[in-house]
Amino acid sequence: MEVSNLSDQDSVVIIGLEVHIQLTNLKTKLFCSCSNDYRNTEPNTYVCPICLGLPGSLPVINEKTIDFATRLALALECDINHQFWFFRKNYHYPDLPKGFQISQYNKAGGKAFADGGKITVRLNNHKKDIKLNRIHLEEDPARLVHKGSIASSPFTLVDYNRSGVCLIEIVTEPVISSPEEAREFLKQLKSIVQYTGISNLELEGSVRVDANISIKGHDRSEVKNINSFREVERALRHEIIRQKNAIKRGKVLIQETRHWDDKRKITISLRSKEFEEDYRYFPEQDLGPIEIDDKFIQDVKEYLPEMPTERALRLRREYMLSEFDSENLVLDKRIADFYEAGANADPTFGSKEYKQYCNWLMNNISGWLNEHNLTIDKTNLSPKQIGDLIKYIREGKITSKIAKSFIEDIMQGTSVSQIIKERGRTRLSDENIIKKTCKDVIEENPLIVSDFFKNSKALEALIGRVMAKTKGQADPNLTREIMSDLLKNN
Amino acid sequence: MKLFDYMGYEIIEKIKSREITILDLIQSTFDMIESTDHILHSFVSLSKKNAFKKAKEYDLSLKKGKNIGRLYGLPLANKDLICIKGFPTTCASKILEGYISPYNAFVIDRLLHQEGAIHIGNTNMDEFAMGGSTENSCYGPTYNPWDISRVPGGSSGGSAAAVSSGQSIFALGSDTGGSVRCPAAFCGVVGLKPTYGRVSRYGLIAFANSLDQIGPITKCVYDSALMLEIISGKDPLDSTSVDLNIDKYTEEIKKPIEKKIIGVPKEFFGEGIDKEVMGSINKSIKKLESLGASIVEISIPHLEYTIATYYLLCMCEASSNLARYDGLRYGKVSTDPSNDVYDAFSKTRGENFGPEVRRRIYLGTYALSAGYYNMFYIKALKVRSLIRRDFIEAFKKCDSLVCPTMPSTAFKVGSLIEDPLEMYTQDILTCSVNLAGIPALSIPCGFDSNNLPIGFQIIGDYFDEKGILNIGYQLEQELGIFRKTPPLISGGK
Ligand SMILES: [Zn+2]
Repeated sequence: MEVSNLSDQDSVVIIGLEVHIQLTNLKTKLFCSCSNDYRNTEPNTYVCPICLGLPGSLPVINEKTIDFATRLALALECDINHQFWFFRKNYHYPDLPKGFQISQYNKAGGKAFADGGKITVRLNNHKKDIKLNRIHLEEDPARLVHKGSIASSPFTLVDYNRSGVCLIEIVTEPVISSPEEAREFLKQLKSIVQYTGISNLELEGSVRVDANISIKGHDRSEVKNINSFREVERALRHEIIRQKNAIKRGKVLIQETRHWDDKRKITISLRSKEFEEDYRYFPEQDLGPIEIDDKFIQDVKEYLPEMPTERALRLRREYMLSEFDSENLVLDKRIADFYEAGANADPTFGSKEYKQYCNWLMNNISGWLNEHNLTIDKTNLSPKQIGDLIKYIREGKITSKIAKSFIEDIMQGTSVSQIIKERGRTRLSDENIIKKTCKDVIEENPLIVSDFFKNSKALEALIGRVMAKTKGQADPNLTREIMSDLLKNN
Repeated sequence: MKLFDYMGYEIIEKIKSREITILDLIQSTFDMIESTDHILHSFVSLSKKNAFKKAKEYDLSLKKGKNIGRLYGLPLANKDLICIKGFPTTCASKILEGYISPYNAFVIDRLLHQEGAIHIGNTNMDEFAMGGSTENSCYGPTYNPWDISRVPGGSSGGSAAAVSSGQSIFALGSDTGGSVRCPAAFCGVVGLKPTYGRVSRYGLIAFANSLDQIGPITKCVYDSALMLEIISGKDPLDSTSVDLNIDKYTEEIKKPIEKKIIGVPKEFFGEGIDKEVMGSINKSIKKLESLGASIVEISIPHLEYTIATYYLLCMCEASSNLARYDGLRYGKVSTDPSNDVYDAFSKTRGENFGPEVRRRIYLGTYALSAGYYNMFYIKALKVRSLIRRDFIEAFKKCDSLVCPTMPSTAFKVGSLIEDPLEMYTQDILTCSVNLAGIPALSIPCGFDSNNLPIGFQIIGDYFDEKGILNIGYQLEQELGIFRKTPPLISGGK
């Protein structure tokens, strides 16, 4: 990693993304009635003549995919094409049982599912519309399984359970100017997909990203095989540095396809433009033209839930939240739903409590969820518990410090009143009493106190005295916190 | 009279009346196959054991008064590209050696499981239906029952030869550019190519999927009408199949044709049509006139482009349809060791596709490639729509069109196989029908001086199988030659 001394001109980064997401919420595959849910299944059991591409089989469109794609197109503000043909993308590979992939094509007389559209991202408090080129539907190839890495594996196994699962591809214009912007784009996309109810992108393998990256004035490379949103930023960073270094050393960049090796965290050249595959796209005439009329689009629109952008605006209006808070709160629909259920439950709540409730969710609860790698719906936490915490704090029954020490318990589903009752009996968690005891200990032990800044064990000694005075009933975390504060301000 | 001298519907009556049993029928069928197939080579695989088992089962069911369907155990010879569960289906290609379909084609479910036909075996064909002589088969050629030094036509040559020689009462074929009608004409039997979408293609192994259509090959028009009634209809597994009322063809055909306006497309009577064929066709047209139909001259101006258009499109589609045969999941694999998966695919395909199939894959791949796509594929699609429009215009002026099926009668085995272009021009009168997607029927209308059958083609408007079967039936009855059997089975000329 070196890169410096590049002219301004050579620092302009241009990124375009092709994001493939599986429509995991479908019941069946794109062109047959096999189950879409191939995860954790015995290999090659969720297959039929159609998704195995057996001789004589024909594809039949799963109508639900049109509904799902329409939802996404509406959410992304794309122009839906009212009539289109699927196209065959011809190439040989072991994961492709027919020797072609049924996809869509926006050239040679073909049309995408929908054109245009945008996603608004915020970076450094600056908003930007990332324009989309198109979205289209296609079938997922089979899954190739290797022992270890592709290079070292003595074999390749093919599991056709994934073959024919419906993918939707979202293609941006080349307008993304940094890895961070790409990250924000994907964050918003993930949120929108979640709201439309078409897919659960938390499932392993539900997302694949190809990225076109170039430095302005130079040829681009296409980095394939980025298998999670998290990896995208990293892959982009790596590739930009690689390209900039090459330019600095006076190398000519060539148009090429590169592979993201997520074990070694580098991109590797696969093939240059002259060996680029010619996919010989042409219409798939086993499927008639797909027709989508205005009435259908209108019907889908009607049951499409409120999208995150609208919701953020409404939350600002109804709960008087800041732009920043509301936008963060709506990202994960489950958190936003939780918030509204909790904030609405108590009629005495006003802007102050709304703000507190939001802070609780976005800081303490989200922090805990991240730490435990869980989502809110997978815990026993109910919206009422956070509401209760806020009420008890408001009524002065507990301080917010004490409330924070309840997190572990409320996540297990214990009610706030129950926690207070139990702690009152077994553990001293009244902040005022602990504070008073701490003050007493400080006064009684000036020598230890004077040692505090030199010896880290001094704090432990003081806490030990507090515990002794309270016969071990003082909440240790709370005591530590209060004691530290007092000593620092001493 | 032997059993094989009867039409399908007559045999059904005999079984219904218990004059013969289904076992008698199947026994005589296999007797015929055993005594003739070493000469004709119509079949590539037989289903003898199962056929006898089914025959006994059905006889028992009939005895108990059970309904076994409308076909009463009639033997079916199936073209080797229509899938039957548990039975080998190879498209007469080495590449599908050992492939056994795990499912039934739609038409097979209808014929065998719904209506009680009995599958006796699969018939020979040009590999992947590419050809017009049944010489491009990995099993070797089939011979014409009327003259075993000649081809039976193709690609459904085995099916036509089987029906013509009395080896089977009826057969299934598939027609992409004339593959049902050509062998029907050459073998003196009735071949129907339904409207694209009339019969489900589910389970028909694709050659050119926008042109392929399954059709029956029978001894007479009535049997053809009966088969069409059974195999037509919307299939949820074929998006291109059409949900339309199926006419009662077996009744419709018997109506008089005196009010019909029959078009004679002048371009179909141009250069290259054999004189004797022309004479026989003209005689039949006169017969239609005598039956009260009025004859008008019609023009299909773009006919001259049909061969080029047809071959371009069918090769493009074939190059993609046949991409799946890589030996990875089924079929024959190259035993030559390979460096990588692409090498293995190439070797498997190179070794196991025949020369005509390889030629079409190369040409189709080339025509679809970047830089050529617009020049070839897109242009061919445009001409296709012009040809379609020509027919739509024609059917504003007349009910049906009539013309020869083939420019000549059956040619000698080996005479055209080295000259693919000459072989391709044999399709000049049939393939425009597939480009337009309309139905057409070929019936025998006479014989040339070599005692070879001549085929009369009746082309109909979209979904007007009723109309062409009606004209075909009336002409057949008027000509009265449909019971004539080839010398092979009638004991020589
Ligand atoms: Zn399937």
